[in-house]
Amino acid sequence: MDYIYMITEDRMIISLNADLDHHLADEIREVIDKIIDERGVKYIIFDFSKISFMDSAGIGLIMGRYKKIRGIGKIAVVGVNPSIERILQISGLHKIVKEYPDVAQAAKKMQEAKV
Amino acid sequence: MVKNKMHLEFDSKSENESFARVAVAAFCTRLDPTIEEIADIKTAVSEAVTNCVVHGYEGKEGTITIECSIQDDWVTVLVHDDGVGIENINKAMEPLYTSKPELERSGMGFSFMEAFMDELEVDSKIGYGTTVIMKKRIGVINK
Repeated sequence: MDYIYMITEDRMIISLNADLDHHLADEIREVIDKIIDERGVKYIIFDFSKISFMDSAGIGLIMGRYKKIRGIGKIAVVGVNPSIERILQISGLHKIVKEYPDVAQAAKKMQEAKV
Repeated sequence: MVKNKMHLEFDSKSENESFARVAVAAFCTRLDPTIEEIADIKTAVSEAVTNCVVHGYEGKEGTITIECSIQDDWVTVLVHDDGVGIENINKAMEPLYTSKPELERSGMGFSFMEAFMDELEVDSKIGYGTTVIMKKRIGVINK
């Protein structure tokens, strides 16, 4: 599988196993949106710890989900390597998406923010 | 003087985007690039090839050509499609501009090519296709 997702209440964790390019972004976009709508997901964590590459299609994917849940939820990215970090910085995405070292810390912070 | 070149031709399919960037990156390794330089080249090639698939051929069938050459410490990558062409290149190159917002294109493709490579040249003719030529000097930091 190029990606695995896990849903707990209103939180969705998407662990990527393949480079996040246009090919993969097209594949997972509809899957994520369907789950957001059907399961009422408000918090999304993108786990990049197993991959080392993302291009502007990844920016489009994250930005699109940000617009979808803006106002009701949050998006976090975790396990980002230096190359992906540069993409997040150059695109300005780091200003709207929180970054954490791993899934556990992201989940903890999101949970705290809810209370 | 180091001189080498290669030529790739493949179908315009999104699954070939990863093949294209990895092939070009592998070809460039003889210049002993840093991890960052390799990431730069992979990103730029990925953007250029994605543009061919999404915009050049608009998801339809077509052939994408890559010509890559090494001369001294410079890498030159040419990415070409025989697709629809770009109506206004200046507009297309504006950061955040996209002709296909419905496909969630971020409009950062050309910006990334410019940011990650040293030189970028775009040549396009409506109905005839688009050619992108990108150049990058490898090992600048160490010289």
